[in-house]
Amino acid sequence: MPLEKITQIAGRGVYLPGNDIDTDRIIPARFMKCVTFDGLGEFLFYDMRKNADGTDKPHPLNAARFKGATILLSGANFGCGSSREHAPQAIQKYGFKAVVAENFAEIFFGNCITLGIPCATASRADIARIAAAVEANPQTEIVLDVFRQEIRFGGQTVKALVRDAARDALVNGRWDAIGELLEDAAAVRATAARLPYLAA
Amino acid sequence: MPKSLFEKVWDAHAVRTLTDGQTQLLVGTHLIHEVTSPQAFGMLRDLGLKVAMAHRTFATVDHIVPTDQFAEPYRDPLAQAMMDELRRNCAEFGITFFDRASGRQGIVHIVGPEQGITQPGTTIACGDSHTSTHGAFGAIAFGIGTTQIRDVLATQTMALGKLKVRRINVNGRLRPGVYAKDVILHIIRTLGVNGGTGFAYEYGGEVFDRFTMEERMTVCNMSIEGGARAGYVNPDATTFAYLKGRPYAPKAAGWDAAVARWQSVASDPGCRYDDVVAIDAADIAPTVTWGINPGQGIAIDETIPDPAKATAADEKASIEEALAYMKLKPGAPIKGTKIDVAFLGSCTNGRLSDFQEVAKFIKGRRVAPGVKAIAVPGSQGVGVLCVELGLDKIFRESGFEWREAGCSMCLAMNPDKLVGDQLCASSSNRNFKGRQGSPTGRTLLMSPLMVAAAAVTGAVADAREVFGVNH
Ligand code: SF4
Repeated sequence: MPLEKITQIAGRGVYLPGNDIDTDRIIPARFMKCVTFDGLGEFLFYDMRKNADGTDKPHPLNAARFKGATILLSGANFGCGSSREHAPQAIQKYGFKAVVAENFAEIFFGNCITLGIPCATASRADIARIAAAVEANPQTEIVLDVFRQEIRFGGQTVKALVRDAARDALVNGRWDAIGELLEDAAAVRATAARLPYLAA
Repeated sequence: MPKSLFEKVWDAHAVRTLTDGQTQLLVGTHLIHEVTSPQAFGMLRDLGLKVAMAHRTFATVDHIVPTDQFAEPYRDPLAQAMMDELRRNCAEFGITFFDRASGRQGIVHIVGPEQGITQPGTTIACGDSHTSTHGAFGAIAFGIGTTQIRDVLATQTMALGKLKVRRINVNGRLRPGVYAKDVILHIIRTLGVNGGTGFAYEYGGEVFDRFTMEERMTVCNMSIEGGARAGYVNPDATTFAYLKGRPYAPKAAGWDAAVARWQSVASDPGCRYDDVVAIDAADIAPTVTWGINPGQGIAIDETIPDPAKATAADEKASIEEALAYMKLKPGAPIKGTKIDVAFLGSCTNGRLSDFQEVAKFIKGRRVAPGVKAIAVPGSQGVGVLCVELGLDKIFRESGFEWREAGCSMCLAMNPDKLVGDQLCASSSNRNFKGRQGSPTGRTLLMSPLMVAAAAVTGAVADAREVFGVNH
């Protein structure tokens, strides 16, 4: 299965301020009562975006000027909490193609890469600069260059790191590991045979 | 060269190095539940693949089961659909399913150990972040996402980068009324909610040497709340005694050989750790969270943090955000905060010893008027033992509702939910905004006995004072 080589993502951005944005906030558990991932996009950040009566709260994702943004910017420890892939699925289905934050919780990061969503880390100051540019002009084009590990926007360039293995997987079109994992069944059997609890 | 348990188990299960540098790691035991697996089975079907090692795959149902209704169909058709889907997937692919009718159903992290499936020196994966619980047995256990569940179903392996190991020593003696829950809340408070990023935590020291398996599980369970992908305790005589005679534990002649293997996987004396942290048991107090992440905890006799006194701008903002959501006053004592709901249960504190400890003290006491209190065994097995010991009666007589096994009010996927901005004293593991089912619901994490103290007094209280705890 050849996968798309994800070397760069270009699009408009939206900034969601705050640290420790957990997976319960990204997709509240009550929306996980489903047997497919279809339609999760509309529940992204639901309780942050909506009042109890379903009307909109003031929230960047509700603002018309940020509609159509494909790069999500946020703070530190983004995606902490549960292992639910419903979180990156909701982000992707909503229309985001990349996430930029100061750092990411580990399971969330892995889940994103497996779906082909680059997660890039940038310094707080640099994220603030991008956010300021987006705030001043929501049409600003942002290019997350996964290959060169930088973000270009409004004539500026800042560093954006995508951890080694993930970067390699994205730019070489190997972000979904299943192809490679299926390659060497004999090696898997040999490893299992060496382990008494599996050999038995 | 001396090696840590993590390295030994990792090396023994490493199949090969993948092109991107990650390891293809063999998963000895795959645990699945109804929430994160259906899409993985869907992907498997789309790819025309089979389950590689169905006999090493075990399923149960926990998140969506109503704890006040046993008979199907469930009132919630979505819950019923998830139940049906798991049943169908297990039947089609030949996977053992601990269904409710089996008497072995429960929260996946309680069922694995209880059935003796969780064993030292193994690798375990489950589509659930609290899979770290199983590390209590000296297993390396990872929470994974749904696409990785597909990978494990299809190949019994997954792609993973090696973790660093941080040894956390807790030496000395815990003071009376201080429990395993307080130990982990204290560790997370000390090291931070993302302090564990990139690490597996190896817990040790005198306190862990003395801990029962259930106490070790409580601590390992919440490793992920400290950002660590896995947490474990080296296996010892306590581990082996717990496993002996359990349904999936090695039998007869196989037992001694297994124990010898298990002993050999423990970290070697003098092995290298990437980091070592020492915590004095005497510094740990009954701990309560006041905020919206598990690291925002304080000792029961401390006051709620004041953003004005925060030293960093970041810290100030996060305290302000938490207090605004929690509707708590900076500088006020946490003690005396009125509660609406008391929840005893979850994969953190829903085991037999949790109910035994609380029952000892609430016998003859009453839940305060206006407080809704529920006690939910983490598995059917735990439930049966509680009934045999008459604990369910003690809870009922005290005004607790006694329920069927499941995740219940730990999260919002079954009918047990907070309403409006109710404040819940909870023995679970997450206090995120909206975690317990109401977008404005509020959670205070604490030990089971502290939950009981809050239940009987109607407010956050020091269990040592309420119950005269002095072990
Ligand atoms: S009890 Fe809570 S944390 Fe544990 S598996 Fe269930 S929902 Fe997850």
